[in-house]
Amino acid sequence: MNIWKYIFEYLMQAIPLGMTFVYGSVGEILTEKAGHLNLGIPGIMCVGAAGGCTALQYLMPGGVPAVHPVLVVILGILASFLAAGLVGLLYSFLTVTLKANQNVTGLTITIFGVGAMKHLMVGLKGSTYLKALPYFRYPFSQAEQGTLLRSMQLCGVMLFLAIIIALVSSYVLNRTRVGLHLRAVGENPATADAVGINVTAYKYWATCIGSGIAGLGGLFYVMDYSGSPEAYKSIEPLGWLSIALVIFALWRPHLSVLGSIIFGALFVAGYYIPTIPGVKLSMSFTPLLKMLPYIVTMIVLIVSSIRNKRENQPPSGLGVNYYREER
Amino acid sequence: MTATNKKAAKQREPLFHVAKRDAVPLWKSLLIRLVALALAFLFCGLLTFLITRHSPLELYESMFLDVFRTSRRVWKMIKDIAVLLCISLAVTPAFRMRFWNIGAEGQVLVGCLATTACMYYLGGKVPDHLLIPIMLVSALISGAVWGLIPAVFKAKWNTNETLFTLMMNYIATYLVAYFLLVWTPDGSSTLPRLQHGHLPVFFDNDYALIVMVVVALTLLMYVYLYYSKQGYEISVVGESENTARYVGISVPRVIIRTMLVSGAVCGLAGFLIVGGLDHSITTESAGGRGFTAIMVSWLAKFNPILMVATSFLLIFLDHGAARMSQDFGMSDAFPKVITGIILFFVIGCEFFINYRLVFRTKASAKREEKA
Amino acid sequence: MNAQESKAIALEMKNVSKRFGSVVANKNVDLTVYHGEILAILGENGCGKTTLMNMISGIYYPDEGQVFVDGQEVVIKSPKDAFRHKIGMIHQHFKLVDLFTATENIILGLKEEGRVSMAGAEQRVREIADRYGFHIDPKKKIYEMSVSEKQTVEIIKVLYRNADILILDEPTAVLTPQETEKLFAVLRRMRDDGKSVIIITHKLHEVLSLTDRVAVLRRGEHIATVNTAETNENELTEMMVGKKIALNIHRSDPKDVCDRLVVSHVNCVGADGIKLLDDVSFTARAGEILGIAGIAGSGQRELLESIAGLQHLDSGEIVYHNPKNGEAVNLRDKTPLQIRELGVRLSFVPEDRLGMGLVGNMDITDNMMLRSYRKGHSLFLDRKKPRNLAEDIIKSLEIVTPGTTTPVRRLSGGNVQKVLVGREIASSPAVLMAAYPVRGLDINSSYAIYNLLNTQKENGTAVIFVGEDLDVLIELCDRILVINSGAVTGIVDGRTARKEELGLLMTKTRTECEEVTDGDGNE
Repeated sequence: MNIWKYIFEYLMQAIPLGMTFVYGSVGEILTEKAGHLNLGIPGIMCVGAAGGCTALQYLMPGGVPAVHPVLVVILGILASFLAAGLVGLLYSFLTVTLKANQNVTGLTITIFGVGAMKHLMVGLKGSTYLKALPYFRYPFSQAEQGTLLRSMQLCGVMLFLAIIIALVSSYVLNRTRVGLHLRAVGENPATADAVGINVTAYKYWATCIGSGIAGLGGLFYVMDYSGSPEAYKSIEPLGWLSIALVIFALWRPHLSVLGSIIFGALFVAGYYIPTIPGVKLSMSFTPLLKMLPYIVTMIVLIVSSIRNKRENQPPSGLGVNYYREER
Repeated sequence: MTATNKKAAKQREPLFHVAKRDAVPLWKSLLIRLVALALAFLFCGLLTFLITRHSPLELYESMFLDVFRTSRRVWKMIKDIAVLLCISLAVTPAFRMRFWNIGAEGQVLVGCLATTACMYYLGGKVPDHLLIPIMLVSALISGAVWGLIPAVFKAKWNTNETLFTLMMNYIATYLVAYFLLVWTPDGSSTLPRLQHGHLPVFFDNDYALIVMVVVALTLLMYVYLYYSKQGYEISVVGESENTARYVGISVPRVIIRTMLVSGAVCGLAGFLIVGGLDHSITTESAGGRGFTAIMVSWLAKFNPILMVATSFLLIFLDHGAARMSQDFGMSDAFPKVITGIILFFVIGCEFFINYRLVFRTKASAKREEKA
Repeated sequence: MNAQESKAIALEMKNVSKRFGSVVANKNVDLTVYHGEILAILGENGCGKTTLMNMISGIYYPDEGQVFVDGQEVVIKSPKDAFRHKIGMIHQHFKLVDLFTATENIILGLKEEGRVSMAGAEQRVREIADRYGFHIDPKKKIYEMSVSEKQTVEIIKVLYRNADILILDEPTAVLTPQETEKLFAVLRRMRDDGKSVIIITHKLHEVLSLTDRVAVLRRGEHIATVNTAETNENELTEMMVGKKIALNIHRSDPKDVCDRLVVSHVNCVGADGIKLLDDVSFTARAGEILGIAGIAGSGQRELLESIAGLQHLDSGEIVYHNPKNGEAVNLRDKTPLQIRELGVRLSFVPEDRLGMGLVGNMDITDNMMLRSYRKGHSLFLDRKKPRNLAEDIIKSLEIVTPGTTTPVRRLSGGNVQKVLVGREIASSPAVLMAAYPVRGLDINSSYAIYNLLNTQKENGTAVIFVGEDLDVLIELCDRILVINSGAVTGIVDGRTARKEELGLLMTKTRTECEEVTDGDGNE
């Protein structure tokens, strides 16, 4: 009986954390489907968090919503999406238009994004923007103490938004013309170009929208999952894990939901297992448990490289900038 | 030509199109980079001005001059350049092989960890002149092993090395976190400076040894990459694995051997950081320099000699921006923003070195023809 | 014959020029295409045929000049613009997404509203196929298709877009004669349907048998456009190459012939279970040139690579007879390095020059070292000898280059090939294998290469020459091995071989051939 309670509580920790990875990895999948490996995702998630929190700071002057609470949530999410999308635009400009090396550009974006976020977040008051937290967790935050609904209080609107975005992305990629074109651009940009698909536009849109989605992951982590003014300091490693998750999910957004929950479960295991009564584990083991998600990702990397199945490989144009007149 | 005709003509022809350049003379490519840098500094000055409302001249003074004002500051910069250069030299052989090793951070950290472990367990029990070689060897070995693991999988199954080495970084970080908990019974995870196994001090200067080691390493690496048979094999594998196979170079062997070298040099950097500077370890001992080193190496086109200049640029940026942030009350994250922006300009300007814009006016077309 | 005059002009190019860096690809070209005709763009490799067509299909943008479609001046900046003007091009290297099905590839890039209606699209694909006589499975993925199937997909892709002007770039290069005939029938049906068909080619017999008019290009310039019925092979060749050149390749009689390389019952199965090499046996003899003929991709590459130690074999033997001591060594499953260490003097000019034979970004000296850098026990490179070798080769083979420090990538195709062949023969090999050594070279460079091969033969080297031009094979080689689908379908004497005979062997399976050639074998 008791064990179910622990499993439930554990999942209530793991699933919401996993949604951070859903945002990050779905964003990265869209970008990679356009043929661009964006190592700037950790920085972009940071910028998304900073953008959203900055907007919320203004939307919640003195901790009181300036507009209708629903609007606060919507505007916060929009601001986060736009801020991250703008950084995505910078990445696209450098790699698509100026054809800069994708790895180097991505790493610079991460340096810039993490710095920019820390710079902005230091200037914000956690006590102000975090007051918006209950609105993000509506309706569970309003339920009575001790009820099932209340125990799901970590599941806010953005949790469901993550799943919706993942499923919609999956549908768009596999069932629509736009998705067909995007996949063609990532697989073989010369071919896509030859049939009149605007390769540059697709790359720009996919990267910017993907970045915007990834940025939401940052906001989700700070505003919804952790609700702590210190949370922003731990976004970056989550961003790197999101990139790894893309491989785990075999470039499929709907699979990334599943993968994300597994990753979330592994990630919180390090914190959670030592707190279970009856588990005798020295505190010093915590760091070793925290290695788990990284080790699992490495194993997935190795296994998928050994299996080497045609449909499960990265888009063939990944990492190579397209220049039409290359001969 | 009537106005409508002109308009039609304008619509008809695109403003410019992008064409690949043959080869750019050295002075021109340097000029393009200098212009980009100048623009970047101008932009950063403007940005900082908008935030702080201080005259940009003051800002530049703080950034460009204050960092050189005292010999202590200069030596601090030299030290940081030396450490960054050391890590950049370490990643370079792998990059010349097109092996995207972004795991220098972890490789340096395990080097630090091995060095610290030797100091912690053997310090006082073994004389220093014996301890230091033990520290060095264990740092080299642990760095090499950390480099070897992704290399083996890459060589055998072509496992994506970028993500693999990235994951290895986190494992190294948590490994250090684990040992810090073991070594500090109070649970503070702050290891006090260890008393044994400090590297010798030359010329009354704490940093002289490191500088000498790194200068020697730079020259060695240059010779290794450009004049040794192994360095030649690295280039061939990097340029074309097919060609390498065709002439009988074993690609897996070269990958593994090169990553052993890369990892070992990272381990050496860890040894220098702990043995020569910090005498202790934190999870931040590598401090992101493993990533910055990639920039240094790439900006220098993987040439060890040019890397002296690029590592200077990045450290100077970091110190200058930090000085500026301090002088004008900005957050300590601001230097990273400045560094990021300037790097964007530098990365972006490569485009103008590799490509040219052809404007479709008749005058320019004629100029082209003459040229 | 002024039949063309009465037809309406479909497309016109006026004064079109295009440069790549310092290379002029097209210079002031004028071209007219009518509705309901088949026009050939004829020219040697590298004369700018493809570049010219790429400018109407929107891949390149002309530096100068105008393009008219149906009398209206148009700007074609992208393939999309080309489709809008009903122009479609079938490229030599197919532009298909391997992971997609035929239909997905065909509808790619079209802007129809709403969801993708795969069933509707498949229906239309079948209709088009029926109308012009194609065979196609709309649901098959590209990576499972044969070359000819892929070409069919490309052509339907263009027709699906209602193209009126179809451009085909070397459409027959990868087809068997039977497939070529089928294609030509389809193209004629399209012409009768009122479409303009442009084929880019350098094969004269195709021009004469298929087309209505021929436009000849030479070194990027338009030489003339003539009615096919009013011209002949000699006249066209003359326009193509500038001066009349008979294909007079010097062939000396083999001397001191002895077995050098004996390949017996070699089998090799690819990753997807397809037989790449099927029980291949032959002997390469010292002092002879052995030609290998076959449709591209019939196993030539695998054969040479298995000899060079780059391809794993499932069974069979490759025995090398050392001319120095007469010892016989089996090369099967040895690495290139082991082969070298056995004292086997084997040189190999691979098909992919810059991707395999040379390193494009390295200079000539460093490329010279590729084979020899290991010599000696020093840890360091000796660049002196390679530099001398580079200078020698530049001088003796008349390589046009600013110096030994120029990256090979910047040289022209012919010079790149000379660097590669020069290095490979510098080690005075006992066996020299060359795959398509004259592909993409102008006539003079080609002859230079033929002469080098002949010199090697006279020096007692066993030369193996993989070629695509049957005329060259017949004039150059002492014996010609024909390969089809990984199996040897015949070995014939170069002095008595006829083109038709080779063409037949190239397309027949081995069992069919054994029935034909039984009794009059050349072995």
